[in-house]
Amino acid sequence: MQKGLGVTGKRKLNTDKIFKIGATIAGAYVLVIIALMVFELLSESYPVWQEEGLGFITGTDWNPVEGRESFGALPYILGTLVTATLAMAIGVPLSIGIAMFLSDSPKSISEPLGFMVELLAAVPSVIYGLWGLFVFRNYFKDWIEVPLHNTFGDSVWFFSGTPFGLDIFTASIILAIMIIPTVSAVSREIMKAVPQQQKEAAYMLGATRWEMFKLAIFPYSKTGLIGASILGLGRAVGETMAVTMLIGNATGDSAIPQSLFKASQTMSSIIANEFIEASPASVHLPALVGVGLVLLITAICINVVAHLLVTRMLKVKEGIVNA
Amino acid sequence: MTALSIRPQEVEANRDSVFKPEVIDEKYKMIAENVTVTYGGIPAIKNVSMKFKERTVTALIGPSGCGKTTFLRCLNRMHDMIKSAKVVGKVTIDGIDLYSKDIDPIYHRRKVGMVFQKPNPFPTMSIYDNVTAGLRLNGVRDRKILDEIVEDSLKMAYLWDEVKNDLKKPALELSGGQQQRVCIARALAIQPEVLLMDEPASALDPIATQKIEETITELKKEFTIIIVTHNMQQAVRVSDYTGFMYLGDLIEFRETKKLFTDPKNELTAKYVQGQFG
Amino acid sequence: MTSTQKRLEYRMMFKQNVEKRLLVDKIVRIIVFSCVIIAIIPLGSILAEIFKNGTAAISYEFLTATPGAIGTGEGGIGPAIQGTLIIIGMSSLIGIPIGVLSGVFLSEFGENRLAQIVRFFNDVFMEFPSIVLGIFAFLIIVLVLGHFSIWAGAFALSLIMFPIIARTTEESLKMVPMTYREAGLSLGLRRWVITMRIVLASAKSGLITGILLSVARIGGETAPLIMTILGSSQFFHSFDAPMDALPLRIWRLSLLPYDSAQLQGWGSAMVLIIIILAINIGVRYFFLRKRGSGMFSRLIRQKILGGKR
Repeated sequence: MQKGLGVTGKRKLNTDKIFKIGATIAGAYVLVIIALMVFELLSESYPVWQEEGLGFITGTDWNPVEGRESFGALPYILGTLVTATLAMAIGVPLSIGIAMFLSDSPKSISEPLGFMVELLAAVPSVIYGLWGLFVFRNYFKDWIEVPLHNTFGDSVWFFSGTPFGLDIFTASIILAIMIIPTVSAVSREIMKAVPQQQKEAAYMLGATRWEMFKLAIFPYSKTGLIGASILGLGRAVGETMAVTMLIGNATGDSAIPQSLFKASQTMSSIIANEFIEASPASVHLPALVGVGLVLLITAICINVVAHLLVTRMLKVKEGIVNA
Repeated sequence: MTALSIRPQEVEANRDSVFKPEVIDEKYKMIAENVTVTYGGIPAIKNVSMKFKERTVTALIGPSGCGKTTFLRCLNRMHDMIKSAKVVGKVTIDGIDLYSKDIDPIYHRRKVGMVFQKPNPFPTMSIYDNVTAGLRLNGVRDRKILDEIVEDSLKMAYLWDEVKNDLKKPALELSGGQQQRVCIARALAIQPEVLLMDEPASALDPIATQKIEETITELKKEFTIIIVTHNMQQAVRVSDYTGFMYLGDLIEFRETKKLFTDPKNELTAKYVQGQFG
Repeated sequence: MTSTQKRLEYRMMFKQNVEKRLLVDKIVRIIVFSCVIIAIIPLGSILAEIFKNGTAAISYEFLTATPGAIGTGEGGIGPAIQGTLIIIGMSSLIGIPIGVLSGVFLSEFGENRLAQIVRFFNDVFMEFPSIVLGIFAFLIIVLVLGHFSIWAGAFALSLIMFPIIARTTEESLKMVPMTYREAGLSLGLRRWVITMRIVLASAKSGLITGILLSVARIGGETAPLIMTILGSSQFFHSFDAPMDALPLRIWRLSLLPYDSAQLQGWGSAMVLIIIILAINIGVRYFFLRKRGSGMFSRLIRQKILGGKR
């Protein structure tokens, strides 16, 4: 029994089938790429795992010199975590403040201002680096870092070390600016998702705007806001160029984050700095690929957590509506 | 500080504050004069005037979209939340103009509580915390007083017996009808003088509805109640006065019995006879 | 029920704290507004500094000549501009078809299990650090070929493009009412014709928005280009040789200690930012205005705008 009907019956079915197959292949492309990528990263970095074992993640040596090769990525892992966490600590409160302002303002104000905040996301990382290097760094050093060091340098460990401006602190601040558009936009969406009735209930009791936030918006969107913050963390972890240009390029033991004013290195910046010079014949390249692998895993884990938190909050909202 | 420790002098001294001691006589608690509300230029209600006597229940009826909810929301300045809404006219409570520029609306909203169509307890809070939410805003911290008021409010809302052992339970775990009564208790806890209810039983089943109506009949002894309802039988059961609105105008406003049995306006007659909904 | 007197006493207990509460509210309002200002100041500063410093560098020679000897301040960024245009073009050649088709898959065949898996991994993939994508392109193309290659760079950037385009395409197609498809079916049209001719056509503006935004995104990408096209002082002459691009040139210039290099860096940044802002603002005003901010906020929520570079 023929499946298709009509004059072009047979051909009709084939073209559609080809279409479906083509679309499916395009869809599955991402799966293939991911699988291939993981495979390539693992196989290319294999030599360094073989050589250092888990010591690659816990070691702090970084010596590409032939004959004395030794690679430990811990300083860079710490560098990434420290800068990203600091960026989050500075950027998230600002982002939530921005979201609070924009989610509750009339369109005539929230649209232009919101647009400007979102434009921050359009600026390429390398330009943030350029600006940070030639403009921000000097002001920051003179107005904030040096005074802090002079006042607290001896007593507080993370203010020690003469500040030159290319350090963890500067890099983290620029990172904080870079994550603001994302965190504030997602937070804004989350706050706007709070049902109008909740806000009305708060206002009915005679609450001020801020009290309404405390009663209706924050308890409701807590989970989502945490998710948005972790999203910012994930963004900061993957950042490369701005950090590379501002973190001061230390390697090995001296890259271990010890003070806000000391140079350091992140996983992405060590790759950016050294990848081209690393010879594939040595273990240096596998080491850098290994760093890339660790970076990838870190970024994925953080983002999966963030994703779960944000979508969980939206599911909770639906649950309440259906109750 | 307990209730017993307030001395008569303090009551006198506060006589002119926003809360005035009630006098039980046939006085108008709330007066609305020529209220017009426009949304982005389009009028929703036009020149509506009503007077509400103390300790009475007034029902607002009319077909969907006639403006009864819009009018109700003028009485506690809920339209402030909507950017495109403009309210013109005068609404006074005990003679004080709600819309005067000198007084921030949050003063007045303590006097006028509201219960919404769909129950909207704060989802992350327990029953207890929901009821005390407004009290805590007003700085009442004394645990004993809070407990007293919670019991009083939940009793008034006919919910005390059902939840008295479970006050810490999350409010969302209650049934729809119970949640609505929590909302009523929450509104009553801040000791308002007027209670606005926007179709409070429309989302509830008949038994819950009956309980709400019983509650209203009891509450009438203390509070002035204005209730919007699309259920005419409910208006008859529960209210002393009824206002009929149509397409943004107040068509008729009289004692309930008279409005339903002998309406003066032809439109009213048609509506109460069910000729249009 | 509690007596009227009792009720009055309760009311007396309310603190006369309204003024304080209003003051706190006002202070909070000032604080959150300051947050907005604090965020916008860097934007203003960046743009101001770029135009203040960069304008001096711009000249016909600057825009068309190859770089001169290091430190002399002669020459220009011609190869970088050309390179950026070439790499964007080539990446789009790879990324757009895959992205659009993938979006079609997710939207039109999106109910089955495979589609859910694809959607999930698509979102995960968007979060991959771009430098890791560069490493991947290096490993499977540069290492295999034995030399730096423009294909590697285009491939790497296409990996950034296609998930974004897939997502925006899916969203845009989903907004086309089912009735369009049903009308096509009732006319006896083949499925692929319906999709391509009818559905895609009506989702055109959404599609173009996604494509343009992803183009703007990769135009500023640097990290994946480092180990794929490397950078160069010459104009393009072969797909199998290194090539320059604006972000790469900016980075390399910033590493040099000469004032002249710094000046050229600002000039390059100005060219780059003009291109990118033009696309972003253009998209905002021409496309997103029509369908309102609904799509924009959805894009934000899917973390499409902005990303790791």
